Amino acid sequence: MLEKALIGTKRYYLLLAVLGGIFALGFLFYLQQLKVGLGITGMGRDVSWGFYIAQFTYLVGVAASAVMVVLPYYLHNYKAFGRVTILGEFLAVAAVTMCVTFVLVDMGRPDRVFNVFKYPTPNSVMFWDIIVLNGYLLLNILIGWNVLECERHSVAPPKWIKFLSYVSIPWAVSIHTVTAFLYAGLPGRGYWLTAIMAPRFLSSAFAAGPSLLVLLCLLVRKYTKFDPGREQIQSLAKVVTYATLINVFFFFCEVFTVFYSQIPDHMLHFQYLFAGLQGKARLVPFMWFSIVGMTITAILLTNPKLRQNENTLAALCGMVIITTWIDKGLGLMTGGFVPNPMEKVTEYAPTVPEAFITLGVWALGFLVLTLLYKVAVSIKEEIRS
Amino acid sequence: MGMDRREFIRIAGLSTLLGLGGKGAFELLRPGQVEAAMAAKPEAQGVVRWAMVVNMQKLDEATAKKCIEACHRVHNVPDFKKPKDAKDTLPPEVLNRYEVKWLWTEHFHNAFPGEDHPNMLEKVAHLPFLLLCNHCDNPPCVRVCPTKATFRREDGIVNMDMHRCIGCRFCMAGCPFGARSFNWRDPRPYVADTFPGYPTREIGVVEKCTFCAERLAQNMLPACVEASGGALVFGDLNDEKSRVRDTLKRYFTIRRKVHLGTNPQVYYIV
Ligand code: SF4
Ligand code: SF4
Ligand code: SF4
Repeated sequence: MLEKALIGTKRYYLLLAVLGGIFALGFLFYLQQLKVGLGITGMGRDVSWGFYIAQFTYLVGVAASAVMVVLPYYLHNYKAFGRVTILGEFLAVAAVTMCVTFVLVDMGRPDRVFNVFKYPTPNSVMFWDIIVLNGYLLLNILIGWNVLECERHSVAPPKWIKFLSYVSIPWAVSIHTVTAFLYAGLPGRGYWLTAIMAPRFLSSAFAAGPSLLVLLCLLVRKYTKFDPGREQIQSLAKVVTYATLINVFFFFCEVFTVFYSQIPDHMLHFQYLFAGLQGKARLVPFMWFSIVGMTITAILLTNPKLRQNENTLAALCGMVIITTWIDKGLGLMTGGFVPNPMEKVTEYAPTVPEAFITLGVWALGFLVLTLLYKVAVSIKEEIRS
Repeated sequence: MGMDRREFIRIAGLSTLLGLGGKGAFELLRPGQVEAAMAAKPEAQGVVRWAMVVNMQKLDEATAKKCIEACHRVHNVPDFKKPKDAKDTLPPEVLNRYEVKWLWTEHFHNAFPGEDHPNMLEKVAHLPFLLLCNHCDNPPCVRVCPTKATFRREDGIVNMDMHRCIGCRFCMAGCPFGARSFNWRDPRPYVADTFPGYPTREIGVVEKCTFCAERLAQNMLPACVEASGGALVFGDLNDEKSRVRDTLKRYFTIRRKVHLGTNPQVYYIV
């Protein structure tokens, strides 16, 4: 089937070339980072994780959200999603690819990455995260590829593939739960030390991931002969609606506990993010935009008319993607590290090389996504004709 | 010196037991060429538990500075403000971000956030509290490290294998005391005089105070304790007659963020 990725229209090649170009540019900056050190980024001793780990966290969510098309299809026999499961699975593959790359890019000593396997350490959450992420990547490649192959030859997928699909459902939940546990178990980081971290991660993932999928479905319909289907898109829109509402609810649960208890270790981080601390307030406008925007979007999404109009739906999905990205990417990382353990404020902003490396990894992910979607869509077109 | 003669002899004896081979292995490393590795990893002893008492009643600005200088000199800790070569001068905005520190000072409200109040003894509020790794009994940095590059020895020292560290910085997120530093760039151009007794580091690894494990192995007290003129007391917590135990019995002491349950082993007399 791979040959399908090799032949395409001019526009397809152009897209590949552009993505490849951005990736190459990011790679050049990465070479500089390898030579000079992570000091070329905006991170430092106080904010010791930044943009890279933020993208990683966000994208684990996108990857996990594939479960939102897989689950209804396999567990509730919701046939309509049969057309889009492959899009969800391949989106997961691309997202996990980016996750793994971001972790690698963030490492001080990528040359020693295999130490994680050489000296397995089950008491470290990172150990488990690496296992579940790689497992999930493998699962989605296996399932996606095989189901597509079977579809092409119009045979039913083998039993073991069905079994793996069932396995992939709790597995998807696990990747984002374990990722939340990276943060939620650290003493002395009040912003992260909350039992609702994993639920919040999941709700924002199930809001952002399906939003992205809606946009991708609309694009696929516009630029190819394969139509993922109006009903499918509308069902996804409902998932987005509920997940966004729950995500906003969880946020306010957090705010209540933090501010009603009045425990400074927990309040200071929120104060930094939403009001500024010790005269430093770089993230304040972003955070307000994120939470106000997310709340309004959630309310608007409950209106069926706005959801049914695909233009407004696309705009709302875009808002969900942006606002959850600010909340979970920018806010989560910086908010956790500011103020530092001595209650001092050091602000963080990514540098130009850091931004280009980040873009490069995203380009790599979209390159993988484009190739995989090209294969999937070509097969679907072939079946139809 | 924060230790009496009897105890020193005791440590000397024990350290020989602990550190056999430690020195030899250390000499194999080409100083200044390889990264720091903790050569001495003694087997289970179970009898020793190193701890430190910082006596703020005896510590002034100048002494604190001497301690920091002593530590940073014998451990080749870089000073990014002072490049050896002018061409390596760094822009001021990165100095704070890149800073590597094993021992440093903070005011009371930063060292013990939340414990201060507006009417507290003004003298204490402005004392230079010496901070270092607490060699916690229940260290989160060890718990989170995915490679065991940070590990806890039987004698309580939380040490690092900088040859194994992958630079993921999970330990920096895990440490609630800000005791860990990362090498955001090559530190060597900023080590004024490379001390031959300890390796320098490469980019991309984490480092911190080792309780002078390498000196203990050679029957020496920690460098900061030696330079402190009695303000720092170091010794074996498991020995009832040790100087630390005696000090802890005679003075009321506090520790940083005990509510987090890491059980820090650096005590402060205020
Ligand atoms: S002070 Fe920090 S680095 Fe030192 S042992 Fe405790 S947690 Fe680990
Ligand atoms: S940076 Fe090094 S010491 Fe710290 S957690 Fe990662 S591997 Fe362990
Ligand atoms: S015990 Fe040794 S390593 Fe730790 S601060 Fe003192 S001199 Fe530095």
